Amino acid sequence: MNNPFIRLEEVSKSFGLLTVVEGLNLEIGKGEFISLLGPSGSGKTTILMMLAGFENPTSGAIWAGGKRIDSLPPHRRNMGVVFQNYALFPHMTVSQNVAFPLKMRSLPRAEVKERVGKALDMVQLGSLAERRPSQLSGGQQQRVALARALIFEPEVVLMDEPLGALDKQLREQMQLDIRDLHRRLKLTIVFVTHDQSEALTMSDRIAIFNRGKIEQIGKPSDIYDHPSTQFVAEFIGETNLVWGTVKSMEGGTARVQLPAGQQVLVETATDLGPNSKVCLSIRPERIKVGRREAAGNNITAAVSDIVYHGDHLRLIARSDGQSLIIKTDRSQPTLSIGDEVQLSFLSSDCWVVRP
Amino acid sequence: MNAPRLSKQVISLALVAPLLLFLIVFFALPLVTMMKSAVSDPVAARTLPATARSVSSWNRTSPPTVEMQAAFVADLRQISDDQLFGDLVRRLNSAKSGFRTLMPKTRKAALDTAGSIDLVALDKRWGDISYWQAVSVAASSKITDRNLLAAVDLQRDASGAIASVPADASANKAIMLRTFVMALTVTGACVLIGFPFAMIAASVDGWKRQLLLGAVLLPLWTSLLVRTAAWFILLQDRGLINSVLMQSGVTSSPIPLIFNRAGVIIAMTHVLLPFMVLPIFSVLIGIPKNLMPAAASLGAHPVRAFLNVLLPLGLRGVVSGSLLVFMSALGYYITPALIGGAKDQMISSVIAYYATGAANWGMAGALGLVLLAATMILYAIYLRLSSERETSP
Repeated sequence: MNNPFIRLEEVSKSFGLLTVVEGLNLEIGKGEFISLLGPSGSGKTTILMMLAGFENPTSGAIWAGGKRIDSLPPHRRNMGVVFQNYALFPHMTVSQNVAFPLKMRSLPRAEVKERVGKALDMVQLGSLAERRPSQLSGGQQQRVALARALIFEPEVVLMDEPLGALDKQLREQMQLDIRDLHRRLKLTIVFVTHDQSEALTMSDRIAIFNRGKIEQIGKPSDIYDHPSTQFVAEFIGETNLVWGTVKSMEGGTARVQLPAGQQVLVETATDLGPNSKVCLSIRPERIKVGRREAAGNNITAAVSDIVYHGDHLRLIARSDGQSLIIKTDRSQPTLSIGDEVQLSFLSSDCWVVRP
Repeated sequence: MNAPRLSKQVISLALVAPLLLFLIVFFALPLVTMMKSAVSDPVAARTLPATARSVSSWNRTSPPTVEMQAAFVADLRQISDDQLFGDLVRRLNSAKSGFRTLMPKTRKAALDTAGSIDLVALDKRWGDISYWQAVSVAASSKITDRNLLAAVDLQRDASGAIASVPADASANKAIMLRTFVMALTVTGACVLIGFPFAMIAASVDGWKRQLLLGAVLLPLWTSLLVRTAAWFILLQDRGLINSVLMQSGVTSSPIPLIFNRAGVIIAMTHVLLPFMVLPIFSVLIGIPKNLMPAAASLGAHPVRAFLNVLLPLGLRGVVSGSLLVFMSALGYYITPALIGGAKDQMISSVIAYYATGAANWGMAGALGLVLLAATMILYAIYLRLSSERETSP
């Protein structure tokens, strides 16, 4: 990346014998929305805490805006943090909460008042300024926290699973609101979440964390379509993982033999040696029911379950001892359990992942 | 009201009946009795009925009339019960000293001679109007404000108006003030020590928290007398504290820590500290852990974050802890009695003196009543303040 705004260099963090983050390198550009995604305990929150200054790295360096910040105390880092449970001050009103960062910076009273009004209008809470946080709904509290973290125009906004406590509908609305704020105010946002759909909808880039390391980093579509490892393929969306042995390699296409003897064609950029074991990821929505000669891969399977999902159907089909999940639309001719079906998928829909 | 509901109420009443009975017999009744004894003054009116009648027309400034003297002698002759006579003497003597010798002498003379007696000739004190004033006040009413007035260093002068007692005889107001000052000092010391302690205890967890809370609770489970006795030993001139200070060269001669105010404050602070730490701790533990990091991320220096966030949120604990400590400290008796000097005694020791030493239950009750009233007023102020803080935006 050219001229990153935030740079983490070989950052490690241990708590006693437990290493939570190991030799991490990460660059974040100005105005970028990056999501740190991973299961709990993968180290993503620890990264955020180190950026905010609540934790110090055991080794390594953190740079922001050309300055090394890893020994600065949190109150001098100028980073807005939105916490999981909002962390609003219960003894202050909404406007006092939002005014807090400006008060700490000793701004003149008139300016504080004006900016608080603007910030509350920005999150559509102008009418609730004199309420206490306890008198607000979860979504409103979240918006107060957001206004409070943005009012002092921080260089970076750090968000620690800010939408985790909201119900689904409100969460989706807030996702759009935050994305909108990010675009309008050109904010740099580091967003920690364990919700993959949240990361896919909001981010410019996603970093997938596993056991204190970044497993893969890239645009949401890259990560979804081309997961680099088995972990990523399984963590982002749903996938069918199939193991096989490479038989031959021609151009960018490998012929892979599945355990039961079937052979599939796989497009791959890496050169796979013959007889090497590979793991293939095939997304459920890429498999079509019905024979397509042009598809390259056609297999026969038996339907073992059909699950109705409203907008789509989910078929579980078995082919030579291999169970496959297929997402299909409802216009499919009626299938019933036990039916034999033809399944087809493109060689480019098979993706080789590292185990 | 229907039958099942009634029977339910009867059952719940039966369940609280033992407690209710216990409270009435061992708390409410003694309290009422003590309060009544503060204002009741029946002994003179009962033993001197004729005197009471004859003094009702006396103006309390002119010399005693012959009828009064005769009625008084007649009343004395009627008293057959020695104990009742003793009560009367004690009552009169508490109003004016001198009656303790005067009364037996007069009674003996009254019983020995049959006719009228010239009391002034018998003892020239009877020529002093103030003695007759005391008899007159005591005999004319069954209730009195004498004890209550005396409790706050007031008295009724000869004309019946309320006036201050002479400076050399007034002590209660000074002791009451001293009691409040000492209780306030102890409360302040408890806040200063207890708040940081509670903060640390609330910020750690696991065995460290158990250890810190144990350090607070363990003394609470030990008898007050034992703890006071321990301080008695520690604070001596050759006690642990002074010998450490002298051996480490901080001081060359022992610092006087016992039989003075400092010792009492130290010991009382230690004894009452748990009542400050526990309420503050329970409030702090309820404050979300991420508020202080949030304040820091918003640009608050740790000191300002403490002053703006943790302190106002913990104040509720400080207030209820202070109330507990202050109220308990007001009534302290054993600790000042053992560790303090004569000038460090609190109001409870005066009450104890009147109750057990001077057998003047009236004064003991009156002082107790004044203390209760002062405490209630403070409590009411606290309630008003705390409810205002909750309702105001």
